[in-house]
Amino acid sequence: MAIPITYNIRNLAVRKTTTVMTALGIALTVAVLLAAFSLVEGLKTAFEGSGHPLNVLVTRKGSDSELSSNFQRSVFNDMKFKQGIAKDSKGDPLASLEMVTVITLASEEFPEGTNVNVRGVTPTGIEIRDDSKIIEGRWFTPGRREVTVGSSVAKRYPAAHLGGKLKFGRGEWDVVGVFDTPQMARKSEILTDLNQAAGDFERTEVLSSALIRATDEVARQALVNDLSYDSKLNVQAKTEKEYYAMQTSSGDLVKYLGTFVAFIMAIGSCFAAMNTMYAAVARRSKEIGTLRILGFSRVAIMTSFLAESLMLATLGGILGIMLVLPLNGISTGIGSNVTFSEVAFQLRVSPEIMVRGLLFALFMGAFGGLLPAFSAARKQILVALRQI
Amino acid sequence: MSEVVIKTRKLTKEYVRDEFHVVALRDADIEIHRGEFVALMGPSGSGKSTLLHLAAAMDRPTKGEIEVLGSKLNTLSDGDIARWRNRHVGFVFQSFNLIPVLTALENVELPLKLTHLKKAERIAHATTALKLVGLGDRLGHYPRQLSGGQEQRVAIARAIVTDPDILLCDEPTGNLDSKSASEVLSLLSTLNKEHGKTIVMVTHDPHAAHYASKVRYIDKGELLTEGTMPEDWKSMSA
Repeated sequence: MAIPITYNIRNLAVRKTTTVMTALGIALTVAVLLAAFSLVEGLKTAFEGSGHPLNVLVTRKGSDSELSSNFQRSVFNDMKFKQGIAKDSKGDPLASLEMVTVITLASEEFPEGTNVNVRGVTPTGIEIRDDSKIIEGRWFTPGRREVTVGSSVAKRYPAAHLGGKLKFGRGEWDVVGVFDTPQMARKSEILTDLNQAAGDFERTEVLSSALIRATDEVARQALVNDLSYDSKLNVQAKTEKEYYAMQTSSGDLVKYLGTFVAFIMAIGSCFAAMNTMYAAVARRSKEIGTLRILGFSRVAIMTSFLAESLMLATLGGILGIMLVLPLNGISTGIGSNVTFSEVAFQLRVSPEIMVRGLLFALFMGAFGGLLPAFSAARKQILVALRQI
Repeated sequence: MSEVVIKTRKLTKEYVRDEFHVVALRDADIEIHRGEFVALMGPSGSGKSTLLHLAAAMDRPTKGEIEVLGSKLNTLSDGDIARWRNRHVGFVFQSFNLIPVLTALENVELPLKLTHLKKAERIAHATTALKLVGLGDRLGHYPRQLSGGQEQRVAIARAIVTDPDILLCDEPTGNLDSKSASEVLSLLSTLNKEHGKTIVMVTHDPHAAHYASKVRYIDKGELLTEGTMPEDWKSMSA
């Protein structure tokens, strides 16, 4: 049987200062890693939760994003009668030709301005976005210089509040409404009339993409294949969900940077844990000798000290999680390397991330505690008893 | 004659310290029978503790044989020795060696963790042992809350809680005042006489040796013939 766990817990409690300092070191390392993970997780939630399961986004072949896609109006006219496209109440296909561009808006955080997506859509485009609901004002009127902004845009940019005026294209645009949607990525967009925007940006024939609604899941996949392999159209089709999921890569740099910094810090934390545990082994040398004489094996001694190191790390891990928990739900924005515009999202400290943080802390504890535990187990009884 | 529990033949222990060759124990032959209370006496560095450590399998001999309770200790593995020690040997140290973060009861319960006893049984056994040494009212006390004499009595309770065959005591009164020392020695004597424990006690205190039923002297690593003592000790014991 093992040495009682109370022995380790009380020893950690006896040397409070060392325990707290070491645990704090581990906590900060865990916090850095989790902060990076919470950003990526938030981004993932924002993008992976975006897109209707039956929607298909069509861009020009070779384009990674709508922004870099030059999509001909004539191509849209050729494809909108494909089989498998759902119809509206009037029997017209639910297919929306769209134009995406970016404008610069100043926020309190970035007064010099950040990129925001402006999307020109037809009334069908609004119909396809059936989960977008007006929360203030109204939808823009086609043919007028009006915009309706996503709730994240209204929140982050003072000029985009209801009643405000935005300056882009050939002049000013009135903000006549704010819409909300459960889909995070869409909240960061400004919607306006396609033809009005296309005229302002002199892109009446060359637009960006088409959003189409399939009748069902089977038809959606068939539609994706049909459009992608139609050499005459020269387009590529993806489900809208796939398109947004792809944009999660925007957080990769932060993720790698955070992981790298956490890794460097983890080396330091491992040494701190190792130092603490070596000191514990040295201070309790006589106890180790006594435990051996009482009949506890070398393995039991090693397990006990390793368990103590893991307890220390668990404490650090929990502290680290507590440090990072206030970040949960904080709204922020990140520039997408796909759309070249800012996407607002919320940092997310999910239970999965917390488990990962705890495992990371345990790894540090195990790595830092292994050698001291091994040295404790290797001590000769008489040598251990003679050490003070 | 009762059963021989400790038997050594030509037992030798040598050390190399800073390139010096030290013979701590040379060709020691001894037989200790069940129920004996043997005091091993000798000046500091004479080799008496070495003999005790070899009997407890805390160290391995350089030469010779040692057989304790029928087990040839040189042939046992580390793991076997740990189990054997837990089952058959109780050890009492000069400086008590209690675990400071555990209470008296938890300290005494510790060796029982290696047995198959359930928690309630372990607590009952440990409580009984502490009552036997007169500390039934100190179960929840930590070592720092006890006097030296009480600490040593907790250590004795810990040594006897597994009901070992042999009790090995290394200068058990060395850190105690005379009153506490007498209490501890009386306790050891009681354990020997009333509970039949075989006790081997290392001491250089002639007063402590009076409690033993047999005294053996060691001088410069040599175990003297039974009944003899070094010349310079004769005046001390007189």
